[in-house]
Amino acid sequence: MSKRFNQISRINVIGKNFSWFRLIATLLGGVLLLFIISPILGMVLATPVESLFKTAGEQEVQQSIWLTIWVAMAATIIFAVLSIPLAYLLARHEFPFKRLVLGIIDLPVVIPHSAAGIALLGFMSRDSILGKTSTSMGFDFVGTPAGIALAMAFVSVPFLINYAREGFSAVPERLEKAALNLGASQSRVFFTISLPLAWKSIVSGFIMMFARGMSEFGAVVIVAYHPMITPVLIFERFSAFGLKYARPVAVIFIGVCLLVFVLVRLIARKERKDA
Amino acid sequence: MLKVEGVSKKYKQFELNNITFEVNKGDYFMLLGPSGAGKSIILEVIAGLIEQNSGKILVDNVDVSNLNIGKRKVGLVFQDLAVFPNMTVAQNIGYPLRRKGIRKIEEKRKIIELAEKLSILHLLNRNPESLSGGELQRVALARTLALEPSVLLLDEPLSSVDVQLRSGLMALLRNLNREGQTIVHVTHDYDEAISLGNKVAVVNNGSIVQTGTPVDVFRNPSSEFVANFSGIKNFFEGTIVETKEHELRGFTINEIVFWLYADSASSNGFICFPENAVVLSLDRLEDSAINAFQGVIVDIFPQKHGFEVWVDIGVKVAALLTWESVEKLKLRTEKKVWISVKANSVRFIPKV
Repeated sequence: MSKRFNQISRINVIGKNFSWFRLIATLLGGVLLLFIISPILGMVLATPVESLFKTAGEQEVQQSIWLTIWVAMAATIIFAVLSIPLAYLLARHEFPFKRLVLGIIDLPVVIPHSAAGIALLGFMSRDSILGKTSTSMGFDFVGTPAGIALAMAFVSVPFLINYAREGFSAVPERLEKAALNLGASQSRVFFTISLPLAWKSIVSGFIMMFARGMSEFGAVVIVAYHPMITPVLIFERFSAFGLKYARPVAVIFIGVCLLVFVLVRLIARKERKDA
Repeated sequence: MLKVEGVSKKYKQFELNNITFEVNKGDYFMLLGPSGAGKSIILEVIAGLIEQNSGKILVDNVDVSNLNIGKRKVGLVFQDLAVFPNMTVAQNIGYPLRRKGIRKIEEKRKIIELAEKLSILHLLNRNPESLSGGELQRVALARTLALEPSVLLLDEPLSSVDVQLRSGLMALLRNLNREGQTIVHVTHDYDEAISLGNKVAVVNNGSIVQTGTPVDVFRNPSSEFVANFSGIKNFFEGTIVETKEHELRGFTINEIVFWLYADSASSNGFICFPENAVVLSLDRLEDSAINAFQGVIVDIFPQKHGFEVWVDIGVKVAALLTWESVEKLKLRTEKKVWISVKANSVRFIPKV
């Protein structure tokens, strides 16, 4: 009886709450989702399974994927050391030109990545101060994994800084003050209170920076065509051999990206549960 | 001991004015005032979390005004407790113990000792999110006591605790004080101040308006604010205009004369008398009360024990009546009644 009543009342509720706005919003949203999913799905479906296996077996492909992952990871870790303290300062302190600093941090997101690549090339070429210094120490940026890492970091580091900054902002200042009152030093407060409590956001920033770095093409291709990261390899296969030959690499790389993405998220979640 | 000398601070839209008080070793010092009076800011200035614009703070005769937060030998328990959510209860209590030169085993012994003292031994391995308000309060207290502060600063420590648990926590605080812990306790609750403090400073609008023992402050409120705050509702400002024999004086409020005994030389001031000193009747009583007025009932409020009846005699006077009296006299608003107050129930407070 009551079940039947519930059903009737639910129908009534739907009837009462029917809105053209919601219907249209849902339809528009559906179109957008299709726009994202269908090209990727179309590409996957258009790629024969045997060509996927064949391509996955190629040394050039394997090497490029491996290179992409470890360079993006290294860039993320190295730049985290610079980014996290800055994010903390931005979250906790007011200082002159803070808005300008925030604008500078977002700059890499708004400029064309090919332009970023050109700028970086000038910055790290053998004639520049950085280039000269590194050459005298026995290594180069241009055409090396180190240069690729810089290009990846340049375009992806805003994600880490912004996520970390939001994470630190969400930590109640009260807790830090309490820790100070209990005799802790500033650095102990940072490592025992602020950092652990902002950790979830920082890990999200890590993942975003890593994923963005892995998928970067524009800046990297100008700084280092070789050694070839996978986005560059996809472009090379496309321009030299055509769509058919670029597709399997693209599909494999998307798969790898998704796998890494899911893995890192799982590890981050597990760590949080253990903590 | 703690000395606060002339501390002033502009903080956002708020201002602390020339805050001065002294807390002796072993005192239980109450800072009493309505919310927004600046009590918490005073504590944060003492702890060094907010920097004062002027004035000095001395702890054990050492000027700590410019010392780092962690070096002031004062422990602050925040109103929201600020128990670290990413640590267990034991780790929270041990937080101030992690200093150079303290051995792990010594640290552990101290944690257990404090947990035992505050009856939270069974909670040591729990996470703060699974604790009740009262339990969190004890954790925050234990953690601050681990610091062995010269002065313990408590910001509304009973506000996060259920009524049933209040008396337990109050007994705990009193015991800590009896063992020699100097405490400064911020509250808006008058009863709390009377039952715990041996000294009270009343704070209003960023200033200390009165300091003394709870009895002093309650019996001799130095301002309308303090009197209102301590629950006295019949509190009027006026002038003494005539004197009869035996120091019986006529105190005038808008042409209404209250007779009272006062030996003050000053003529401007306040009078106050308790609600239960007001006798209410339908006809003028033929008794000794010299202060008898006819008026109209303007309001009747139910109270814990009976009713509070407000009578307009030119000024509004509150009387406390039992439920039976209200019933028997058939009291209702707009009814004409007589009130009488004995001259020796009326207290005169000269204006400073």
